[in-house]
Amino acid sequence: MLREITLGQYYPADSPIHKLDPRTKLFTTMIYIISIFCFKGPAAFVVITVALAAVIYLSKVPFSYMVRGLKTIVFILIFAGILNLFMTPGRELVSFWKLTISYEGAKNASLMLFRMIYLIVGTSVMTLTTTPNQLTDGLEAALKPMKKIKVPVHEIAMMMSIALRFIPILIEETDKIMKAQMARGADFESGGLIKKTKAMIPLLVPLFVSAFRRANDLALAMEARCYSGGEGRTKMLPLKYENRDRITYVISIVYLVAICVLRRFPF
Amino acid sequence: MSFIEAKDLVHEYIMRDEEGNVEGVQVALDHLDLNVEQGQFIAVLGHNGSGKSTFAKHLNALLVPSEGTLYVGGMDVSDESLTYDIRQTAGMVFQNPDNQIIASVIQEDVGFGPENIGVPTEDIWARVEKSLKAVGMWAYREHSPNKLSGGQKQRVAIAGVMAMEPKCIILDEPTAMLDPDGRKDVLAAVHELNKTKGVTIILITHYMEEVVDADYVYVMDKGKVVMEGNPTGIFSQVETLKEHHLDVPQITMLAHELKQEGLPLKDGILTREELIQEIDRICH
Ligand SMILES: Nc1ncnc2c1ncn2[C@@H]1O[C@H](COP(=O)(O)OP(=O)(O)OP(=O)(O)O)[C@@H](O)[C@H]1O
Ligand SMILES: [Mg+2]
Repeated sequence: MLREITLGQYYPADSPIHKLDPRTKLFTTMIYIISIFCFKGPAAFVVITVALAAVIYLSKVPFSYMVRGLKTIVFILIFAGILNLFMTPGRELVSFWKLTISYEGAKNASLMLFRMIYLIVGTSVMTLTTTPNQLTDGLEAALKPMKKIKVPVHEIAMMMSIALRFIPILIEETDKIMKAQMARGADFESGGLIKKTKAMIPLLVPLFVSAFRRANDLALAMEARCYSGGEGRTKMLPLKYENRDRITYVISIVYLVAICVLRRFPF
Repeated sequence: MSFIEAKDLVHEYIMRDEEGNVEGVQVALDHLDLNVEQGQFIAVLGHNGSGKSTFAKHLNALLVPSEGTLYVGGMDVSDESLTYDIRQTAGMVFQNPDNQIIASVIQEDVGFGPENIGVPTEDIWARVEKSLKAVGMWAYREHSPNKLSGGQKQRVAIAGVMAMEPKCIILDEPTAMLDPDGRKDVLAAVHELNKTKGVTIILITHYMEEVVDADYVYVMDKGKVVMEGNPTGIFSQVETLKEHHLDVPQITMLAHELKQEGLPLKDGILTREELIQEIDRICH
């Protein structure tokens, strides 16, 4: 189960989406997120779906990769969906046994599901087509103004990219420790919430110890390779806007305007 | 002056309690003397806790001497203004391949060092290509390090150091966590760099087999150099090695025992071929 987390998993391919500047992708993703949370009406829904489908098609990343991120939250999705479905008061739609589904409930649940799914799939497009380093470079550039108020932007970006690099390693390690503890009779599955939480302690302690050791090793390795913060560093992939980025900016603004217009005149 | 010159080198780890009072002192390097010439392939042997890693970290200015002096490429490691020049001259490869790869794509990791020292963008790419090709990992440049084997990761780490164009590479037990195949690949890559690029190599290891092809061997114990010489010379002293808790290569051990049983073999046989030759010689 743990291995299926796709957060920060880059899928190498030669596509126009991969080639976009990470700042462009960050901006577009923001616009997209705004659009899925403030759209109104079926026409806007169609616009969003077509836009997402077009981007997925252009990215050349297999569709199965996109939805893989969903698997990990399937449970949350179902749970939140059911809650919304039955708990929203309003006009009765169907009713059986002691449960009623209201018209509003059905609407809320489907809207919520749509937003969650589109959010995950949409942001996966970005993380799958952008290497973590590019992503953090983009963030660093986008947050640059905050340097003026002494926010350590470079350090934050570096921390993020290292975190992304080590997520899969730590997940694998958790898996290993879990199996090692189970081999010695540890039980992570049965019992109530408290018992289960207690069972996590022999898992978390070795995991933390090893994470600190790794952090120490990594710091040494970075120092040995002359790392000394953001000052005086050059970039292997300097951020540079191309025409495709300008076009993308224009398209995403047109897209946002369209969503806003459809919000005023929903049909 | 030699390329690396350690004189009376002492390093003490000072253990402190929570208030910062000195609790104890661990002498890790004890008046160590050592010289290495440019272009040599040096092996450093020693059992656990003999101070090998401590010495390696001095070569890279990650630690500074408590007493004595150490010069790397003519630069004094105690001089803080030279720290980054020293790290550029003497690159370091560590034991755990996972904990020294910083980026999530191979080529970006190899570019990390050059980025830090401010190499212009186009040159970084040229260096990345050159170093990845030198260790035979060019085909994997766009892969994620998580999908590589230990030996491949270690070769990427070596490429990452190579991209900084150092005169010397120090490898601290680079093969300790690898399987035999990975070990062979990494060793081959290191020898290749030594031969074709003239990079000085300092290989710290536990595996006696890896020492056989070195130009010169140092054996450390309790922070001192206790034996030095070429591999044949070192391995002919099986008993002394045992005193320092070291084993000799299996073939050398076999030859040694055969000799003790009365076969007139020569000392310091290192390879299977040599042993076969010797036995041939005796039989005829
Ligand atoms: N950070 C530290 N603080 C205190 N003592 C240390 C520290 N690092 C190493 N030592 C001690 O210094 C001595 C030399 O350690 P070092 O790591 O250099 O040995 P080594 O030859 O590399 O051993 P190994 O073969 O296990 O890697 C050991 O006795 C060790 O316990
Ligand atoms: Mg060591």
